Amino acid sequence: MTPDYPALLHALLPEASLVLGALILLGLDLVPGRGRTDAKRMRTSATLGLVALAAAVYHSIDAGRGGVAFAGVLILDSLALGTRVGVLGLAALTLLLMPGGSRIRNPAEYVAVVLFATAGFTLMAVAQQLLLAYLALELASLSLYVLAGFDKTRPESAEAALKYFLLGGISAAFLLFGFSLLYGLTGSIAFPDIARHLGGHEPNPLLIVALVMVLVAFGFKAAAAPFHLWAPDVYQGAPTASAALIASASKLAGFTLFVRLLWSGLAPAAGSAASMEGAPGWLPVVAIIAAVSLLLGNLGALAQSNVRRLLAYSAIAHAGALLLGVMAAGSAGPAPLFYYAATYGLATVGAFGVISVVERAGPCQQITDLAGLHRRSPLLAGCLLVFMLSLAGIPPLAGFFGKFAVFAAALKIGGLAGPIGWLAVLAIFLSAVALYYYLIVLKQALVAAPADGAPHIAVPLTSAAALAIAAALLLVLGVFPSLVLRIVQ
Amino acid sequence: MNALPWTIYLSFAGALLALVAGARSTTAARWIALATVVAAGLVALHAARDFVPGPGVQTLTNIGWISEMGIRYHLAADGISLTLVVLTGLAATAGILFSWNIEERAGEFFALFLTLIGGVYGVFLSADAFVFFVFYEIAIVPKYFLIAKWGSTNREYGAMKLVLYSFGGSALVLAGLLWAYAAGGAHSFALGDLAATAAHLSRGEQHAMFALVFLGFAILAGLFPFHTWAPTGHVAAPTAASMLLAGVVMKLGAYGCLRIAMPLFPAGLAFWQPAIAWLAIAGIIYAGLVALVQEDFKFVIGYSSVSHMGFVLLGLAAANSQAVSGAVLQMFSHGIIAGLLFAVVGRMVYDRTHTRRLEELRRLPLHRAMPFAALTFVLGGLASMGMPGFSGFPAELTILIGTWKTSPLWATFAAAGVLVAAAFTLRVIQVSFFGATDAADSPARTVRSPGDGGSGTHHGFAPITWAERAGAMLLIAATVYIGLKPDVLLNWIGPALQSPAFQAVLKGGGP
Repeated sequence: MTPDYPALLHALLPEASLVLGALILLGLDLVPGRGRTDAKRMRTSATLGLVALAAAVYHSIDAGRGGVAFAGVLILDSLALGTRVGVLGLAALTLLLMPGGSRIRNPAEYVAVVLFATAGFTLMAVAQQLLLAYLALELASLSLYVLAGFDKTRPESAEAALKYFLLGGISAAFLLFGFSLLYGLTGSIAFPDIARHLGGHEPNPLLIVALVMVLVAFGFKAAAAPFHLWAPDVYQGAPTASAALIASASKLAGFTLFVRLLWSGLAPAAGSAASMEGAPGWLPVVAIIAAVSLLLGNLGALAQSNVRRLLAYSAIAHAGALLLGVMAAGSAGPAPLFYYAATYGLATVGAFGVISVVERAGPCQQITDLAGLHRRSPLLAGCLLVFMLSLAGIPPLAGFFGKFAVFAAALKIGGLAGPIGWLAVLAIFLSAVALYYYLIVLKQALVAAPADGAPHIAVPLTSAAALAIAAALLLVLGVFPSLVLRIVQ
Repeated sequence: MNALPWTIYLSFAGALLALVAGARSTTAARWIALATVVAAGLVALHAARDFVPGPGVQTLTNIGWISEMGIRYHLAADGISLTLVVLTGLAATAGILFSWNIEERAGEFFALFLTLIGGVYGVFLSADAFVFFVFYEIAIVPKYFLIAKWGSTNREYGAMKLVLYSFGGSALVLAGLLWAYAAGGAHSFALGDLAATAAHLSRGEQHAMFALVFLGFAILAGLFPFHTWAPTGHVAAPTAASMLLAGVVMKLGAYGCLRIAMPLFPAGLAFWQPAIAWLAIAGIIYAGLVALVQEDFKFVIGYSSVSHMGFVLLGLAAANSQAVSGAVLQMFSHGIIAGLLFAVVGRMVYDRTHTRRLEELRRLPLHRAMPFAALTFVLGGLASMGMPGFSGFPAELTILIGTWKTSPLWATFAAAGVLVAAAFTLRVIQVSFFGATDAADSPARTVRSPGDGGSGTHHGFAPITWAERAGAMLLIAATVYIGLKPDVLLNWIGPALQSPAFQAVLKGGGP
């Protein structure tokens, strides 16, 4: 059988447009861009990047939902389509926020790396094979390490990149080891074949080792406790746009790949969610990781005085809720998980976007740096209100329905008879804790008076547009969640 | 009748308008807010005029919303919801009139106020548990900002405590509802469907689900010992927010208990009934006794709210038609009276004297300085004590008679609470307004509030404005009207309780 290269090209045109866009952008910046000012180069790069992203969106939709492609290496289903469009949109918002944010040197290189990372994300969305999954994940991760350390003027940025790189590298090793064991056990690297093979055989102790390796690696990537330690430092030190990308698009792509690997590749080894007895599997382990993330994330966020670290701990808590969605995806499908991850990404990009604009007028690290934002820029304060309330899960914003759908799906698995139901109840109660720290941020932004001499913040048009789009999407998708659910169902 | 959903939409639209207009002109924001609440109130009154009482809810809107989860945007009303919608209209109008003096960030204040009101209307009109919950949560967050920004004593603490209690309560409700939805297997959040599927669950599950949902709502209704958010929150809040909190927001909790917790899990109510009743009685008496010894004028009213809401919860726990009718009447009555009392304390007195300490108020000849405030407070106090001729009397009497039918012991203890209420109300009237027996006796002291410079004022206090007079008269008229003709409301409430959903929970004791 000769490989069907035209079909492969058709399926991978989104990635091709991103890479091509990145190369053109680098070339343009190299030759005619040399003599121009940084601001101009930034504008050109961001525009070209947006064009590449738009082309990728077009080709993703064009590729459609044809099902398995290229001998089972890729899968083009509704989840893949939704994730591709989602990560492209989140990356576009990040780019749109860049010109109005804190200054970045070498903008062309920055945008190019963002496009490479995005290509990794979209590949993760379609991967249905261990090798491609690993390559996509590492393409994305390596680009993100670079983005985290891009600000060479601040030692915190270098520290963040180093920490992220070291821990990410270890987790990549874990992942590769786990994958190789899976291959050794089943003789295949395609998810469906692995599942078929696992289904017909007795559980093997080596399989447990492989599963643990894979779960640890994904725990690192998703910043789930107890593998979360890199997140606060990276969120704090990385340039704001990088942090936004790490927190949003990378999460969405990661969870899509994770849920696909677990349910279409390793479903026979799921074990029982209803009880800890019987055949061992990955569900109980995921449940423990989810519980620890929920507790550690929410309680850790209470103690933060730095707004970025607070967002990092909130990300850990949200990772716990997303893992709940992963467990529920077996029976309820991936729609609740996808909705949650996509709208969480929107709110997080928005929150970092607000921070990046505030940074133009001065540092924005402590929560108190946001004091009096309503006076300094009513638009930013209003947008921050939407993003924070969505993260807290207040209706009618999208964050509420995400939680609602995930918790309902989790409770459908045996009600309170099994640990997953109890996890959902734990998550519901902890959302009351979460409201506290989101309100602490909003109190500074909307109630407190600005510090003496804090200047008015002029919001650039592109940033205003990006923030308004994110806020409007959160409201519209919150009121009409069917718009998203229908795509992925 | 079919126009009732416009109360919700008008409020939200008004909120947006007030926000936009408030950026330029405080006056415009004020008038927009007043026009909004009056329009919504008129919609409610118009619906009330056409209303034909009957068992069961009358659907207002029912369209598909989130078909993936079987959620429909279903609004409906019966006599109980109509009573509370009318109450919301009155309380909101009075609330705007009593916040006429808000100057700082007025647009945002009125926008938050109207958002809260829109959520409250939505709750009272929801016939789908999901819709109910969405509106319920929309009503929570504005409270935080209203108190934290425009409040007084210890406002940030009070605001956070209140919001976390509310949100914690709503988390309990969410857990219970989702559990009932998932375990029952209904592909719908319609209250009727949830009740039908919940009936097939095991006893233990029904008891636990009822406990979650009822407790979650009862926290907002001020159930002892989860009431502590109420006094601190009420005291910290700006006047209009206190009026709304005590006047309508606490009713959201009681309404949730009645509309959701009780019909969904009748077995649960039967199981928990004695516990709820005794907690309600404890709340009535304990909060009354605490109110008796408060030194802060507003804390007295705050605790009195908890005490009066205890009657509502007791009426619900007694679970017969008469007691529950009384409970709904008490919700209406207390909503009006609490609004009136908070208006006097917060707006008329505190904004002028800048003190709420009874010890200091005692030395001010307030009954002479502000005869209108004194008169209003005396009338409100009498109504609050349950004097015949005011709405508090038929409400508490109906509750006590209904409760007697279920348990004479409960009724006896609750009646003691009425005496305590009389004691703390009389004390505070005497001390606050009539403390200075004679102008000559009162020590000469400079009054701290300069008012508008003294011209045309008594004792240096700014005169009571037209807005305050209008708001106070509106509320007094409502309490007197219902006090004289409680049948107007009872004729709405009684038939509503005859619906099968309620009959499954209530037993005997027809009105």
